[in-house]
Amino acid sequence: MTRKLNTVLFPALTGAVVLALWYGLHFFLSEDRRFLLPTPGAVLAALRDNAPFLARAAWNTSQGALLGFALAVFVSFTLALLLSLSPIVRASLYPYLMALQLTPLPILAPICVIWVGAGINSVALLTFAIAFFPLVVNTTQGLISTDRNLVELFRLYRASRWQQLFLLRVPSALPYFFTGLRIAATLAPIGAVVADMNAGSSAGDGGGLGFQAIIYSSQAKYPALYATAATTCLLGFVFNAVIVIVARYSLQNWHDSYERPDK
Amino acid sequence: MSAVVKIEDIHKIYESGEVPVHAVRGVSLEIHQQEFVALMGASGSGKSTLMNLLGCLDRPTRGSYLLDGVDISRLDKNELADIRNKKLGFVFQGFNLLARTTAVENVELPCLYGKQRMSAKAMRERAMHCLEIVGLSNRADHMPNQLSGGQQQRVAIARALVNEPQLLLADEPTGNLDSKTSIEVMGVFQKLNDQGITIVMVTHELDVAHYCKRYLILRDGVVVRDEATLDRSIANVELAKLKQAETAAKLLGAGSTAA
Ligand SMILES: Nc1ncnc2c1ncn2[C@@H]1O[C@H](COP(=O)(O)OP(=O)(O)OP(=O)(O)O)[C@@H](O)[C@H]1O
Ligand SMILES: [Mg+2]
Repeated sequence: MTRKLNTVLFPALTGAVVLALWYGLHFFLSEDRRFLLPTPGAVLAALRDNAPFLARAAWNTSQGALLGFALAVFVSFTLALLLSLSPIVRASLYPYLMALQLTPLPILAPICVIWVGAGINSVALLTFAIAFFPLVVNTTQGLISTDRNLVELFRLYRASRWQQLFLLRVPSALPYFFTGLRIAATLAPIGAVVADMNAGSSAGDGGGLGFQAIIYSSQAKYPALYATAATTCLLGFVFNAVIVIVARYSLQNWHDSYERPDK
Repeated sequence: MSAVVKIEDIHKIYESGEVPVHAVRGVSLEIHQQEFVALMGASGSGKSTLMNLLGCLDRPTRGSYLLDGVDISRLDKNELADIRNKKLGFVFQGFNLLARTTAVENVELPCLYGKQRMSAKAMRERAMHCLEIVGLSNRADHMPNQLSGGQQQRVAIARALVNEPQLLLADEPTGNLDSKTSIEVMGVFQKLNDQGITIVMVTHELDVAHYCKRYLILRDGVVVRDEATLDRSIANVELAKLKQAETAAKLLGAGSTAA
C-alpha cells in the first residue's frame, strides 16, 4: 500500500501542483504576454491539431536516432574489445575519441552534410557521434575491470586469450555495457533532434522534430512548439524505457545487481 | 613410498619492490602421499609464497623442488602448466566461482581448457561425480549467488578435483566461513584425504588446523615447527556433537516457553 502511494500518488500530486502553478503563471501574466506560456489545454489542443505532422516528424527522428544508436552500439563494442587489449592501445586512441566527443554537434553537422548530404544519413551519423563515447568508455571499463582473481583462475587453467575474453571478460562487462547503453539512449534522441535542426532535410516529408520546431517557431505557433517539446520528451522516454526493459530482461538471472524483486 | 613433494633448501626473494623481500628463507620439506598438512604462521610469514611455490605458480629463487619425482626447475612454462593441470588442484579463500554460471558448469571449467578436450558428456559426468563427492549433486543447477558460502566453497573443491589431482593446495579455504561451515568443509577434506588425496592447506585458525594430520609453523620464511597433530579432530564427530547441542538447546528452549 505505501509502495503504491510512493509510486503513484506522490508523483500525481507533484503533477497537480505543477499544473496549478502553470495556470497561475499564465493568468498572472498580462494579457499581451500570455503567448509566452500557453495553457496546458492549449498545448493539448495543438498536439491534437498537429498530430499528423508531429507523428511523422517523430517517426523520422526515431529512424535517424535508431540507426545512429545501432551503429554506435556495434562500433563501440568492437572498439572496446580492441581497447581492452592493452593500455598502450587505450593511451593511443582515447585522446582522439575525446576529441570527437568534445566537438559540438552543430559544428560537426555541416561537415556531415558535406560528406553524406542533409537528411537521415547526417542525422544518423551525428547521433552516432554523440552516443558512441559513453558506450565505448563504459564497455572498455567493464572489460578491463574483471575480477582479478577470476582472471588468475583462467590463467591457471590455461584458458586462451579468446576464451578469457568471451567466457570471462565480456559477460562480466555486461552491466557496464548496459550503463553505457542507458546514457547513450538518453543522448541519442536529443542528438537526433539537434542533428535534425542542423543537418536535417524536409525533402520528401523527411523532416524530424528539430525541423518541426524551427517551422513552428518561425510561424509563431507557440502552443505547437510546446507540443513539439512534449513529443520530444515522449520519444526520449520511450527510447529509455525500451533499453531499461531489455537490460532488465537480459540481466535478471545474470547479475547480482539485477536481482528480481521476488527473491 | 616416494614423496609427492620434496623441496630442499628452497628460497624465494621478491625483487619487484625497492628493497628485495626474502619471503621464504631455506625451507626443506617432504610430503608423502595421503598426508594432510596444515601450514600456519603469522601474517607475512611466507605461507602464501610457499603455497605458490608448491603449486608451481611461481618459481623458487634457489633450491630444488621435486613434484611427484619430477624436477620442476627443468620444465619450461608450458610443461609447468601441464603438470599443474594434471597433478594439482587449487582451492582459494574467495571461492572464485564464475557468477551466473551453474555449479556444475563451474566445476567443468578446468576441463574446458588445455589441449586434450573431453566430450561434453564425459565432462558433465565427471563434474557431477565431483559434486557428488562434496555432497552437492542436488545443487548442480544452482547459480553461485543461490548457494551459501560453505556450499560455494564445496563447489570450488569439486572444481579442484575435476582433473583428479594428486595434491590439493588450499590457501585459507575456511577464511571466509563461520565455524560450523568450516567444519563441514574440513569434513570434505578429510573424506578426500581418506580416499588418498594429499592435502596442504594454509590456515590461521588453530581449531581448523586440528583436523589435519600434521602441522607446520612458519616464521619469517623458515619452518620453526613440524609436528603430527595430537588429538586430531574428526569433522563427522564434531558435527554430530554440534547437532546434539543444537537439539538440546531447542528442547531446553521449548521447555522454558512451555513452563
Ligand atoms: N608479489 C610480491 N612481491 C613482493 N613482495 C611480496 C609479494 N608477495 C608477498 N610478498 C612479501 O612476502 C612476504 C610473505 O608474504 P606471504 O603472502 O607469503 O605471507 P602470508 O604468510 O601468506 O601472510 P597472510 O597470512 O597475511 O596471507 C611478505 O612480507 C610480503 O609482503
Ligand atoms: Mg597468505
